[in-house]
Amino acid sequence: MTTRRIFRFLEGRTGGAGAIGKALRYVFPDHWTFLFGEIAMYAFLILVATGTYLALFFEPSTAHVVYHGSYAPLHGQEMTRAYASAVRLSFDVQAGLLIRQVHHWAADVFLAAITIHLMRIFFTGAFRKPRDINYYVGLTMLVLAVLEGYVGYSLLDDLLSGMGLAIGNGVALSIPVVGGQLGTLIWGGRFPGAPDFLSRLFFVHVFVFPVLIGTLMAIHLALIARPHHTQFRGRGRREGNVVGTPLWPAYALRSLGLFFATGAVLFALGGLVQINPIWQWGPYEPYLGTNGAQPDWYLGWLIGALRLMPHFDVVIGNYTLIPNPFWGGVLFPGAVFGFLYLWPWIERKWTGDRGVHNLLDRPRDNPTRTAIGAAVFTFVAAIFFAGSADRAFVQFGVPYEDQLWGYRALVILLPIAVFLVTRHVCVRLRDGGEHPARDSGARLVERPRESGRRRFNKQDGGTETAWRRAPK
Amino acid sequence: MRRRVRRPLMIIAAVVLAGFAIAVWGQPPSDPTPASARAAASPATSASNEGRELFEEGCSSCHGFDGKGVKEQGPSLIHAGEAAADFYLRTGRMPLGQVGDEPLRGEPRYSNSQIEALVEYVGSLGDGPAIPNVDPDQGSVAEGMRLFTDSCAGCHAISGKGGVAIGGYAPPLGESTPTEVGEAIRVGPYLMPRFNEELISPQDVNSLAAYVELTQEPEDAGGFGIGHIGPVPEGLVAWLAAIAALLLIARLIGERLGGSKADDEAEEPR
Amino acid sequence: MKTIWRYLLAGVILRFSKKRTVRRDRELPASAKAETWTAMLLFAASLAALAFVAIYAFADANTQLLGLSIAVALALIAAALILAASQVVPQETLEEPRPDFAQPDHDVDGPKTRHIGKFSAHQPEEEAALTVREGGDGVTRRKLLGTAGAAAGVGLGAAALVPLASLGPAVGDRLAESPWKDGVRLVEENGMAVKASDLEVGSFLTAFAEGADKEGLATSLAVVRVRPEELELPEDRADWAPEGILAFSKICTHAQCAISLFRYPLFAEKSPGPALVCPCHYSTFNVLDGGKRIFGPAVRPLPQLPLRIEDGTLVAAGPLSGEVGASWGRVEEES
Repeated sequence: MTTRRIFRFLEGRTGGAGAIGKALRYVFPDHWTFLFGEIAMYAFLILVATGTYLALFFEPSTAHVVYHGSYAPLHGQEMTRAYASAVRLSFDVQAGLLIRQVHHWAADVFLAAITIHLMRIFFTGAFRKPRDINYYVGLTMLVLAVLEGYVGYSLLDDLLSGMGLAIGNGVALSIPVVGGQLGTLIWGGRFPGAPDFLSRLFFVHVFVFPVLIGTLMAIHLALIARPHHTQFRGRGRREGNVVGTPLWPAYALRSLGLFFATGAVLFALGGLVQINPIWQWGPYEPYLGTNGAQPDWYLGWLIGALRLMPHFDVVIGNYTLIPNPFWGGVLFPGAVFGFLYLWPWIERKWTGDRGVHNLLDRPRDNPTRTAIGAAVFTFVAAIFFAGSADRAFVQFGVPYEDQLWGYRALVILLPIAVFLVTRHVCVRLRDGGEHPARDSGARLVERPRESGRRRFNKQDGGTETAWRRAPK
Repeated sequence: MRRRVRRPLMIIAAVVLAGFAIAVWGQPPSDPTPASARAAASPATSASNEGRELFEEGCSSCHGFDGKGVKEQGPSLIHAGEAAADFYLRTGRMPLGQVGDEPLRGEPRYSNSQIEALVEYVGSLGDGPAIPNVDPDQGSVAEGMRLFTDSCAGCHAISGKGGVAIGGYAPPLGESTPTEVGEAIRVGPYLMPRFNEELISPQDVNSLAAYVELTQEPEDAGGFGIGHIGPVPEGLVAWLAAIAALLLIARLIGERLGGSKADDEAEEPR
Repeated sequence: MKTIWRYLLAGVILRFSKKRTVRRDRELPASAKAETWTAMLLFAASLAALAFVAIYAFADANTQLLGLSIAVALALIAAALILAASQVVPQETLEEPRPDFAQPDHDVDGPKTRHIGKFSAHQPEEEAALTVREGGDGVTRRKLLGTAGAAAGVGLGAAALVPLASLGPAVGDRLAESPWKDGVRLVEENGMAVKASDLEVGSFLTAFAEGADKEGLATSLAVVRVRPEELELPEDRADWAPEGILAFSKICTHAQCAISLFRYPLFAEKSPGPALVCPCHYSTFNVLDGGKRIFGPAVRPLPQLPLRIEDGTLVAAGPLSGEVGASWGRVEEES
């Protein structure tokens, strides 16, 4: 009764009841890997909510102050107001530390969720037409998220993140030709920067990036809804339809449940597992350093690259054209993101396939793509793990210098090995295995391959696996 | 009931194992096994005699008779002082297994009385530093933190968990007693720099010892400290705990390929 | 009878229409058990949430208890929702068609061909393109207008970007600023002059230029002392290290972290030599030969400050031997 009145109200003022009704019947395919993007989105919402709270307490000021708060080991220490306000928030504001930790855990989880979401998109070919521009939107959000996280934890001006900012400045300076200008522009002078550097960083973190990410996210969702979701192959699923659960009521409840589950995980971590205990690090000064300083996980690949790169730069006459940090800090991430951005185009050129695809590949269905993706991932992962070689030394005793050489070899050899193995495994699975339509009892229904070429795998001494076309 | 009970259970098992891995990884590293050594013991009549006898039996092959050192084997101990002898012997760093090894913390090879005798003997060889009298309660933790950041965190890490020093190992300070802290500061063992009383006064040493004690039991207002070494274990937790849990829940909520009701009900394509 | 007829008609219409969402299956699974469970979970969630309020107000807002209580509340709500989603509300499988543009025209192999019978003028993209092109009917000098528009755009773009320059000073001398020159005294963090007698062999100290901003990148130094006979300085620096006291910039020439490790061997014969090491990427600089890099990704040597001892205190005898901080399009150092 009231529902009808609400819709009549809306219809009378916006004419939107029909659209809403249609939206409520929007069909979501059901595979569990399609939920990764939602996890990221919900983590983002929690970031915005907790971030709003934190922004009300944080003072983004580089003005120095002497601490006399409730954490005794910092008494009498000189520090920036920024750091002091963060310590005060952690010890003197009710629930302040909880919200701070939830915010930081949510950032780590946000990026991890985007990563597995990206992997799902890549390995199932969901980036193909008509979703390639949405793929670019998503990649751009990833870049922004990495920067946003870096800027966010650097605001606190603690010893670890301050060292990270010094490195960031060094990397900015290393960009050929424009590096000096760029580094000085962003920092408002030489490192550690102009007095208003932290307040500018603060504005970027609480407004500029979140607005950009939020806008892109809205576009991202619109570009998903417009052509409707992709789906895996299966009975009754064609390029031209979507089979699954309607938004209302089941999917909405499931999705909302996932949101609350994400919240539960983040708040549990935020209360029970300590993260970024800045009072234990102390405040930052450019002449201070600590051993074992690491960036947050999503920048670990960069510290690995910076540590692994041999000590050379490019000098032309008297000009240091390309200083060393460029290789690991700019060229490497640039190449990886370049690969990701270019991949839809590369694949189109390579396979000649320009068609619309709404049905997903299983990774095994496209062995070359899967193998290349796995190899690139392995390349990045090897460099990532190299970044924590110092902890591995302390924990397991393997000499640091030896690890470096080992990783340098691994970084080149392992991706090649992974490529070959992955491709082989995919081909075996695809051609030799049964399609997992288990309940139907082993006969695969429909299996057209994109390029039109077909290979039959004849098995020795067993039943011959054949494919039959679906009845039209 | 869907026949997906097994998979989630496997995933739960994996998560539990991962949590265990994090707990292991996040712990401060256990000290490496002590270098093998000969433990000398002989009955002695007086302390200094005992000291000299112990020295001649256990130390002179590398440090020379009368402690003057042996080229390519071991340094002279003339100016080492009681502080050095006490530090190295009590932390089990000496006797060293192999010449050229890095001395690492381990089980002391001598008993208390033997150590005292050796310390007295080595101290009598020259004018090296005496065992400092360190009282953390006299020091200020805040001042200690400041001093530690300036002079010690570069090698030992601000949380005292140790780290790489190219060419060696800056050990974690989890087991360091206040006296050991004071001794190390004055002696500068292995590759560590040395700090005399002008740079780090006895009161400063008290404060540093107080801070080191704090790092052994830090203020973990935020919950489980996961090793106090920063973002590496944090990243592990984000992936192996949070993402793993969320994947599990996603698996619970969503469908699997070919195992869904939607598949069962789907019509043949028209 | 009327109902049956209605359903038959609907079925016939649906069967022959291609553009409608089709309901494949609809199950009403709601059972008293599932509904009870959902309700219980939600009630429990409210209790947990109230516990959060109580802990905030009365238990000093203990972080762990706060986190636990709200996490439990959220988890219970999540469980309730997921349970309701699968066991309480109708379970449906729908099939719906995709919008036209997202449909392949025929099977995915091969190039797209248009069906006969769809005239090209009716394709939406043709119509849209036509609309745009028609907007230019009657306009004669397109090139002139286009060029003028481009000029205005470039001008405006430049004008929009220029205020960015206010964000930072001219690069020029800023990155080369240094307070060090002959006569500048070295001081400790508390401002007291550094006395040569304070340092013993194996010492490591952070020092600053007297009167300069401690945060200035070129201001901070790593001061160490070695045995004079160990020194291997080049000839033009022979007198830079009085009594074996050396001073170097504290800022690593790789990526600008503070160099805060100093290794000095107790037994030089069997240990690596004295060196300054940066904790970020482990660039290592030999102090005995004037700061040359011996390990790690740094390229330029660490700038060294010539010292002399005046009234027992350390004083700079000249500027630093090189530029401080990370490299950028500047003069390459002699290595």
